[in-house]
Amino acid sequence: MTRFVVRRLVGMVAVLFAVSVIVFVVFMVLPKQNPAQSLAGKNATPLLVENIEEEWGFNESLPHQYLTMMEKVFTGGLVQYEPRIPVDDEIVKRIPATFSLTIGAAAIWLFFGLLLGYLSAVRAGGWLDRILTGVSIAGISIPVFLLAPVLIYVFANQLEIFPNGQYVPFSEDPWEWANHLILPWVTLAALSIGFYSRVLRTNMLDAMDEDYVRTARAKGLSERHVMTRHVLRNSLIPVVTLFGLDFGATIAGTAIITEAIYDLDGVGFYAALAVEKFELPQIMGVTLYGAFFVVLMNTLVDVFYAYLDPRVRLGEAASE
Amino acid sequence: MSTGPLLSVTDLRVAFATEGGTLQAVDGVSFDLRPGEVLAIVGESGSGKSVTAQTLIGLTRSKNARIEGSVKLAGEELTTAGDVDLRRLRGERIAMVFQDPMTSFNPVYRIGNQIVEAIRAHQPDASKQQARTRVMELFEAVGIPDAEQRVDDYPHEFSGGMRQRAMIAMALALEPEVLIADEPTTALDVTIQAQILRLLEQLNRERNLATILITHDLGVVAEIADRVLVMYAGKVVEQGTLDEIFYDPQHPYTWGLLGSLTRIDRPRPERLPQIAGQPPSLLDLPEGCPFRPRCPHEFSKCPQYPGLEARLPEAAGHCDRCWLTPEEKRAKRLVEGQIGLEAPSR
Repeated sequence: MTRFVVRRLVGMVAVLFAVSVIVFVVFMVLPKQNPAQSLAGKNATPLLVENIEEEWGFNESLPHQYLTMMEKVFTGGLVQYEPRIPVDDEIVKRIPATFSLTIGAAAIWLFFGLLLGYLSAVRAGGWLDRILTGVSIAGISIPVFLLAPVLIYVFANQLEIFPNGQYVPFSEDPWEWANHLILPWVTLAALSIGFYSRVLRTNMLDAMDEDYVRTARAKGLSERHVMTRHVLRNSLIPVVTLFGLDFGATIAGTAIITEAIYDLDGVGFYAALAVEKFELPQIMGVTLYGAFFVVLMNTLVDVFYAYLDPRVRLGEAASE
Repeated sequence: MSTGPLLSVTDLRVAFATEGGTLQAVDGVSFDLRPGEVLAIVGESGSGKSVTAQTLIGLTRSKNARIEGSVKLAGEELTTAGDVDLRRLRGERIAMVFQDPMTSFNPVYRIGNQIVEAIRAHQPDASKQQARTRVMELFEAVGIPDAEQRVDDYPHEFSGGMRQRAMIAMALALEPEVLIADEPTTALDVTIQAQILRLLEQLNRERNLATILITHDLGVVAEIADRVLVMYAGKVVEQGTLDEIFYDPQHPYTWGLLGSLTRIDRPRPERLPQIAGQPPSLLDLPEGCPFRPRCPHEFSKCPQYPGLEARLPEAAGHCDRCWLTPEEKRAKRLVEGQIGLEAPSR
């Protein structure tokens, strides 16, 4: 198992290296425009462009340029010029808001997705299953840009139960932090709750037909024991994969619409602004940040997967 | 001590509601199982043998299943038993071994733990350590070497034969009175099949374990059965002792099954004999005898289905459902000097 984890970590570093090379090629090598010009911004002076050319070593060989870029990424040298602001500071500053939103939403969608999926599967065909199916389909179907304004209108403007978005740091006031985030959490989680409950329901119904479930019944286990220890346990394996990918992607920036609507100044919002104005240093920074979390979550999923399903570990050993 | 039957099944009927209509999978099956007896239930796929076996411990209970008749274990009715009572006797009094040992263990748990789980479901006071020790004893009893190491292996680390041994160990864990083995050797290599049958026979002998063996393979039956039920389309078409079924079979379907056994003590036939045609759909049974469309000896009485009756004066326990007279049967079942079913003339 230790060996498996080490191999995955090495693989993770290799993937991140590949991502950094792709970022370098896409942003620095392929465009016809002078990369120094792009980095400097639209209204940069020729002097600034010249300085940047010097600083990033654009006259040197490509490997040298790559190494210079990576050095800047790791030492905080990736900056927005005019005004000169380090990109990593800007991202780090926004991480608490993005993490609060995404981790909270992920916890909510995982909990309710699994709960509803489980109940739906155990009561398959019954009225509870039908109601939950309707709720799930509704959750999947309503787009974020519709759900968010409706929630704001009903709960913030009319009923005045929750505030209308905005981020309050946890360290300032935990209660207000949660209170401000409830609507964004629900908005972001709604789709996934629906989706996860459907996926789990399908997986569980498939698992119920497995021979080992019949064996479990034949040895005299209680129905609940059969459902949780055998059916649910084996049905969770695909859900874990899905969750790892979704969670990584959400941190990396799919929460962008929610952040914008609720006025949460997170990383996704920052990325949106950068893309809008085509500010290259910020785009590069956000891309690498996003790639890091997607790859990290994938690695964690792989490791957890091997924990859940021993055959994965065996496959790894067999390929050595 | 009474010598009455341990398990008594009377007129068991199992029907499933399907989209195509009601499917009568088991239609009036009756038999008794005495302590220490090995009863084989033989038939093709779809004959209702597995449904019969699973119904005994309530595994076929569902919203779209209708179960009628009676299953009595030492006088206690099981078809109407509550879920909790039924669960208590599963594994503890009637244990079951399934066909495919590859898929019958949960792939994500260690084999030992899956057996411990069975023990502790019935003996909540047993400590994990006690249960584990018991598993190792069971492994030794069923011939799994290195029990100490193997208890912590996952199912995929066992070979097929070892997995079936582990399955049998699990079934024995609570010392049941009845073992139901549903095609226990079908998924295994021939040499492993023989070992598993030896094991079942040994357990039957040493522990006086009453066994119901479900199979489509008369070769398996010949190895260990005391009595045989032959099923076709949900009904028993012939029943008798092993010798009666093998040496004096009365029903043409049984002849067909016997005729399609490959024998190494005879010259190899050009084509392996088989019973022509397919078993009928249970949703669309022919009138009268359901074997009629496949039977070369069909005659005017066949559109009526005879009851399961003893038709030989000398053997009261040997019953069948065929209108032919014993003399006709004796003549017609010989194909080239051996028991078999001749190819239909049509």
